[in-house]
Amino acid sequence: MDFFVGIKGKDFAMVCSDTSATQSIISIKQDEDKIVPIDDHKVFCIAGEAGDRVNFSEYIIANVKLYALRNGTELNTKSVANYTRGELATALRSSPYHCNLMLAGYDKETGPALYWLDYLATLNKVNTGGTGYGSYFTLSLFDKMWHPELTVDEAVAMMEAGIAEVKKRLVVAPPHYIIKVVDKDGVRVVKTV
Amino acid sequence: MSIFSYNGAAIVAMAGKECVAIGSDLRFGVQMQTITCDTPKVFKIHDKLYLGLSGLLTDAQTLHQKLMFRHNLYKLREERDMKPSTFGHMLSNALYERRFGPYFAAPVVAGLEPDGTPFLCGMDTIGAIETAKDFMITGTSPESLYGMCESMWRPDMEPDELFETVAQCLMSGFDRDALAGWGAVIHVITKDKVISRTLKTRMD
Repeated sequence: MDFFVGIKGKDFAMVCSDTSATQSIISIKQDEDKIVPIDDHKVFCIAGEAGDRVNFSEYIIANVKLYALRNGTELNTKSVANYTRGELATALRSSPYHCNLMLAGYDKETGPALYWLDYLATLNKVNTGGTGYGSYFTLSLFDKMWHPELTVDEAVAMMEAGIAEVKKRLVVAPPHYIIKVVDKDGVRVVKTV
Repeated sequence: MSIFSYNGAAIVAMAGKECVAIGSDLRFGVQMQTITCDTPKVFKIHDKLYLGLSGLLTDAQTLHQKLMFRHNLYKLREERDMKPSTFGHMLSNALYERRFGPYFAAPVVAGLEPDGTPFLCGMDTIGAIETAKDFMITGTSPESLYGMCESMWRPDMEPDELFETVAQCLMSGFDRDALAGWGAVIHVITKDKVISRTLKTRMD
């Protein structure tokens, strides 16, 4: 079961995902990076139906890139989030994409942003969020530990506490995780667990 | 599992003396899991018109965006804001257009007509419109909300008293509802201003 969580800090947005690629009961690989970059300062974490996940994320990324090429300027995080919601909502009543996703981004003018989107195209801007069974264990932990002036180190500690909880309590907990951060310097890997 | 109780909501609107108040809870959840506690379900259309939407949140968001679009076009063409009664009927028509594949959202419209009289109306998911002189509610615990409003509403309440009444009805109404609550926001619309207050309530 895919696991994604995201935390918005003072001047960064951090996301963590598990790194297993599975097909029913078989584990295909344990080092799959499921946090896909949209551009230099935004990432998507998508969980859900196998084909829909890749198809939908590639579709959105291609269209975001096309906008940048046509208009000579990149879209900000809020616009990408609302565009993604629009695409999901339009497809909802014909051939819905069955994927839940989080969008983490950093804009120079407005700072970090974290958006939560579910497969029904419900969009919410959040400080902490997650999808999947793992989120049942981590969200309340994050509620307790989050504060507006969060630093990168504090956020990493929160992520590690969340991962430890998932490993302890979830029956089919994934073994390996990757933590990435998005800030003014772009996207980088902070830690692999 | 009903599609109307997938996300959860509680919305109350009441009319007072030349003022209206509309409030909603702040919970956003997916069935039993609460995701955020800062998602209001009341949206501003213009200074004298607010729209509350309960039901499936994705359809509430889509409807709100479509209606903002239609109201913005109306403003460009007519060079004035839409009257609440007109908006209510437009919304009813927009919902019935989707009679056989409806938006799973039940709206409540609250506003002040240009002459200052309060306007309240509510609809079901396919646009059956009903106006009211006293109050309108929608949400996942309608019985609780109706009970509270029926006993506490009185005619010709001033803005401050109206706010208190809406706040108490909303809070007591959603306290018994697992899917709604976690805070509330209430807007009191008067002739010259709108006062919006966020309430901290039982966070369960």
